[in-house]
Amino acid sequence: MAAPRVGVLALQGDVVEHVQALERAGAHVTEVRTPADLARVAALVVPGGESTTVIRLLERFGLTRPIVDRVRAGMPFWGTCMGMIVAAHDVADLAQPTLDLIDVTVRRNAFGRQVDSAEVELAIPALGGAPFPAVFIRAPWVERTGPAVETLAERDGHAVMVRQGSVLGTSFHPELTGDDRVHAYFLRMMAAA
Amino acid sequence: MNGQATGTETVKRGLAQMLKGGVIMDVVTVEQAKVAEEAGAVAVMALERIPADIRADGGVARMSHPALIERIMKSVTIPVMAKVRIGHIGEARQLQALGVDYIDESEVLTPADDLYHLDKAPYTVPFVCGARDLGEALRRIAEGAAMIRSKGEAGSGNIVEAVRHMRAIRDGIAELAAAPREELVARSRDLGAPLELVREIAANKKLPVVLFCAGGVSTPADAALMMELGAEGIFVGSGIFKSTNPAAFARAIVDATTHWQDADVVLKAHMSIPEQAKAMDGLDIRQLADHQLMASRGT
Repeated sequence: MAAPRVGVLALQGDVVEHVQALERAGAHVTEVRTPADLARVAALVVPGGESTTVIRLLERFGLTRPIVDRVRAGMPFWGTCMGMIVAAHDVADLAQPTLDLIDVTVRRNAFGRQVDSAEVELAIPALGGAPFPAVFIRAPWVERTGPAVETLAERDGHAVMVRQGSVLGTSFHPELTGDDRVHAYFLRMMAAA
Repeated sequence: MNGQATGTETVKRGLAQMLKGGVIMDVVTVEQAKVAEEAGAVAVMALERIPADIRADGGVARMSHPALIERIMKSVTIPVMAKVRIGHIGEARQLQALGVDYIDESEVLTPADDLYHLDKAPYTVPFVCGARDLGEALRRIAEGAAMIRSKGEAGSGNIVEAVRHMRAIRDGIAELAAAPREELVARSRDLGAPLELVREIAANKKLPVVLFCAGGVSTPADAALMMELGAEGIFVGSGIFKSTNPAAFARAIVDATTHWQDADVVLKAHMSIPEQAKAMDGLDIRQLADHQLMASRGT
């Protein structure tokens, strides 16, 4: 059986790092820049980057609607940092548009500016084994979770890894660590979808 | 919570990784910062004067007033960078205390130290530095730079120096990648760069930090050209706010950087700029005297 084809949104951000991690975890990967690219993938990862920039570019290049439609129809989706902000229901204290793919409210730069960015040993029971070396960069946290949302990890009492059905969000960047357990977890979500 | 570490190499290099594929724009006011954010900039560089004006005004160019930088930090949600003079420990500590997201140790300002750059590794805030070739890039990385930009010739509106520097960096990497292992010690000596980094480049065929282009980008096609030559993103200094329609130029340069591989999108981006809007005026580099060149500051 062919390995699943995963898309990585490639408008802006740390695209290559996700592509490499997904390939190490056994996936075939396509970079997604257009609606035609999106039609060829079975799941979508939105990398780290700048959410204000990418939300504008999604709209400008006609990707917003197709992504929302595909995810609502069950396509697995994982957003890291910027990707989780893009997927959120809303952003606390900001009138920033989002795709509303997961019923959470996120707070941007919640752990501080760049001087507060940190590497943290994070307990993630769903992954089993050792703590995860989580890299937080100007990171958001999840301020509110809807009833259907499961919190998979917390840092200092704030949700930083959340899942609702086939939609996964992380405040941190597993693609920067060389530890591919979250990527493998997402591929298992795909296989089960 | 146990095991939290700030200011690590991973988080400092990591922010630059998040900026890849994006455009970082020089701004001198809150209003310009908002125009940049609206156009899709991934970060802004907060300055008192853009390079074209620094060039025109002459005199000593210093770090901007921190109150201006702070106002810009409060007005946008994207990262805010600011420049310090080469080797100016006092300015760098001040900007770290202010909490800017990146410091550019920049040849665009008048150097404070004509021999040495900052020891950047101990800072919590990450630094970006300019380079004209691989040796300069590796010396800055050895000092702790977490991001490199080709220098180009700031405020010139002329892409030729950016092209020269990007090609030099790329060719330097290609030469190391092709060199037999026994040549690497001598090449490290010739490059003036640590052997450890030289070996790392030879093995990985790329810099260990993100590489942007700077100095001379003024049209969407300029941005696409630099991405084609291996830039992972674009700094635009004077090219936007010295044009006659900054919002249109800003947006078109963002679109061209995102879709640099697709000539149709780059064309459409340029078409979106009204024909009567003028790009910034350019300078012929050959008519600048040696003392007018910024790129040769700090080697």
